[in-house]
Amino acid sequence: MIGLGSWITFNVGNDRAAREQCAEVMRHFFEAGGRLIDSSPMYGSSQGVIGEGLQQLQAQQRVKAPPGGSAAGLPASAGAIFSADKVWTSSAGAPQIEASRRLWQVPRFDLLQVHNLLAWQEQLPLLQAMKAAGALRYTGITTSEGRRHREMEQIMRGHRIDFVQLSYNLLDREAEERLLPLAQERGIAVLANRPFREGALLRQLQRHPLPTWAAEIDCSSWAQFALKFIVSHPAVTCAIPATSQVAHLRENMGAALGRMPDEAFRKRMAAYVGKL
Amino acid sequence: MSEWWTYRLSDFLMFSPRTYWRLIELYNRDFWPLHIAALMAGGAALALAASRRAGALRGMAVLLAAAWLWVGYTFHWQRYATINWAAAHVAVAFGVQAALLLGLGLQRGHLNPAPAGAGMRTAGWLLAVAGLGLYPLAGWLAGRPWTQAEVFGMVPEPTALASLGLLMISHGPQQQMRFFVLAAIPVLSLVLGAATLWTFLD
Repeated sequence: MIGLGSWITFNVGNDRAAREQCAEVMRHFFEAGGRLIDSSPMYGSSQGVIGEGLQQLQAQQRVKAPPGGSAAGLPASAGAIFSADKVWTSSAGAPQIEASRRLWQVPRFDLLQVHNLLAWQEQLPLLQAMKAAGALRYTGITTSEGRRHREMEQIMRGHRIDFVQLSYNLLDREAEERLLPLAQERGIAVLANRPFREGALLRQLQRHPLPTWAAEIDCSSWAQFALKFIVSHPAVTCAIPATSQVAHLRENMGAALGRMPDEAFRKRMAAYVGKL
Repeated sequence: MSEWWTYRLSDFLMFSPRTYWRLIELYNRDFWPLHIAALMAGGAALALAASRRAGALRGMAVLLAAAWLWVGYTFHWQRYATINWAAAHVAVAFGVQAALLLGLGLQRGHLNPAPAGAGMRTAGWLLAVAGLGLYPLAGWLAGRPWTQAEVFGMVPEPTALASLGLLMISHGPQQQMRFFVLAAIPVLSLVLGAATLWTFLD
């Protein structure tokens, strides 16, 4: 329900302290039950930071694991982590995918997506071939900020894909009109990016007190309010907020707990935020 | 890139301001106290540019070329490229600039010591002093620590700014074409730097 994005937040280059911080975010993410981490070759050093973090957590697990069990910090098997990455090139995708896999230090990806539909006519068949060969579990496509929704819809209708990733949040709700219903109809999973508009939405909301009725869906913060709105849509599989701070990570993961809004409550949430 | 009109500058920024300033801080830590030598080289280049003697201008060209080569390799290629994939391309541009400075600056008879106009010289001096002397203070005035100071010969913006000033001081009216060729990449670097800072404020 709540995944972990890595756009900007995990692109920390060779800053050792920042890399340790990202690994700590990942540790808390897994401990809170998180599984899906999303990245891309477009995200600078994020892939390498994720791979290093996974290795670090696995090493900690080997040191601390009690006999017959797994220690906190990492799921018991690498397969429990859901690795979601992207192909982002108009050239041959296979070398880039292999480079990404090496940075993640995983045997294979669970999900590969055509990033922002770049050269999707070439890359989607590549991903489908990889899936057929057992080198990949799921295929997908992505867009963001409401761009290229028509093209995404055409691909969803005309091609067999497993996931779509798109922008969906309390203010950016265009996807409700066609893409989310279509995803439900065709059994396509949905990842929601930009749940907080890269922080801008939260900054807007935090100028106002959280409504008292947010407690009816066990929300203690605007971040949880925003995330519960997203993940309670029946078509949405997972939201992928990005953060480099453990405190924010914990807050985000809290959105997967407690009561979820029903359709009427969701309308109330959207209307309330729309008036702010 | 379809729907290009829907993109903002900030959509292309792939790192946080905090990460960028940490990059500068760690870079400064790795190479301190080379900054002192870099500033001395910049001051020497300014003195050479102001002297207007042919041999002195060649010396200025060599010092500037060394600065561009250093910044292009150690900053853009080795460090900035770890968080910004475009920096590798900018590193190449910095190498080209170094080659242009050496190629055009060392050409026999090509350096005409005829003075630049008064307006050009004044503007050149202002830019050179800004790049050499004021830029390192800018971060501190903006509330950032000294460890994140940006110094000529170490990072792009003050290097480009001071270089532009030195070129304006040292190029007379007969040398406009050469000036534009040598000024193009510094101007581009400044535009990129300004765009980055602008998105930090967005």
